[in-house]
Amino acid sequence: MHNVALINPGDNVGVALADIPKGGEARLPGGLVITAVQDIPCSHKVALRDISSGEPVLKYGEEIGFAREDIPRGGWVHTHNLDIREG
Amino acid sequence: MDTFKGFLRPDGSAGVRNHVAVIPTVSCANGVAANIARAVSGAVPLLHAHGCGRALEISMHERTLAGLGANPNVAAALVVGLGCETVQAANVAAGIAGTGKPCAHLIIQERGGSRRTTAEGIGIVQAFAREAKGQARVDCPLDLVTLGLECGGSDAFSGVTANPAVGLVSDWLVGAGGSVILTESTEMIGTAHILSRRAKTPEVARQVEDLVARAHKRTRDILGELAAYVIAPGNMDGGLSSIREKSLGCIEKGGRSPVSEVVDYGRAPKEKGLSVMDAPGYDTESMASLAAAGCQLIIFTTGRGTPVGFPILPVIKVASTSRLYRLMEDDMDVNAGVVLQGGSLDDVAQTLIELSLRVMSGEKTRAEENGQDGIVCLAAVTPAF
Repeated sequence: MHNVALINPGDNVGVALADIPKGGEARLPGGLVITAVQDIPCSHKVALRDISSGEPVLKYGEEIGFAREDIPRGGWVHTHNLDIREG
Repeated sequence: MDTFKGFLRPDGSAGVRNHVAVIPTVSCANGVAANIARAVSGAVPLLHAHGCGRALEISMHERTLAGLGANPNVAAALVVGLGCETVQAANVAAGIAGTGKPCAHLIIQERGGSRRTTAEGIGIVQAFAREAKGQARVDCPLDLVTLGLECGGSDAFSGVTANPAVGLVSDWLVGAGGSVILTESTEMIGTAHILSRRAKTPEVARQVEDLVARAHKRTRDILGELAAYVIAPGNMDGGLSSIREKSLGCIEKGGRSPVSEVVDYGRAPKEKGLSVMDAPGYDTESMASLAAAGCQLIIFTTGRGTPVGFPILPVIKVASTSRLYRLMEDDMDVNAGVVLQGGSLDDVAQTLIELSLRVMSGEKTRAEENGQDGIVCLAAVTPAF
């Protein structure tokens, strides 16, 4: 069964439905499997593809901020690497 | 066509509860109001901390207290004033009496003090309660319903499970001709462009943008650079990185209906359909605003868990995860967390619709069973003087 929720098909992050340890599988509905490159705490965001520094991070099909550094596929996305500059 | 069994009021509205409200105009009158309500079965005191010592909030608090008494869930109301306060009992009572329901007011400074006012008040409220007990529920159409939306103690799943499920309920009620109020302006920050896109008219779009801009400015003025991070530590532990991310999950509760109107704190919308109300993200203050605006029912989603209710409204709690549902089963009515275990949003929404219809016809929510009817929190924008 999947352990990551994808809210909008256009999103580049998913929401972990359980703790996913570094090296563990992040499984999406539809069969896509990504290897977590860091520990992803339950309910936190995981990058579904490589996100370059400055690129928008998309959830609900909308920008929630910009990558402050290159975030690899399978990486943890949170306040440490997300620039939430105000629009 | 779905209906519910409610109490018809003289102004054509319908209550889902039949409370007799005892409303102090000022915190100095809380003791007398509480003593009156305590003595009469079916009476509810709407205690609060305001009514004087401020300037900017006075008209807002006056209309909010009148709105609480005018709420369709209130069969009759007694307003208790001290006498020298800024919010005047006669004005609050006049606002309530405009609905045609039984309403009276007493002034402690004119009635001989606490004990004599209490005794007189008990007599009035006993008569109101007898009349209310004689009323029967009748079939009412859903276009008489105004549903208030609330979320509190959000986690990253609130916007994935509970809020989208409630959004489907909102769409259902608007489709049935009813009204829905989305509020918590702070939790719309960052989403003005999405909400204004859904506005019915360019004027409403501008009002939505103004409302969110005001909320944004307020948080920036108070918190400076921290404004964008203005989310409780519990939200951040739950994986939400910014208020915009929380906001996107928050506005899911409103569903996909066009926004027909924007209203101020405590004001009832004139239009049916989905309205947006300017009230703080602080749960208890926004619930008071929803109640004053005439909502008969609140659906309240939560990720971290909260037991809070409201004295005159049933509040349905929707847990965002099965874990929370198990941890706070005493307080949760519906578990939207089943979506994370393969359940569908449509099934959760259907459960919520069926429960809402039963609650509107008299079934108690967990918050009601638990006696979660604490004080009414009115929003304030300036310190007292």
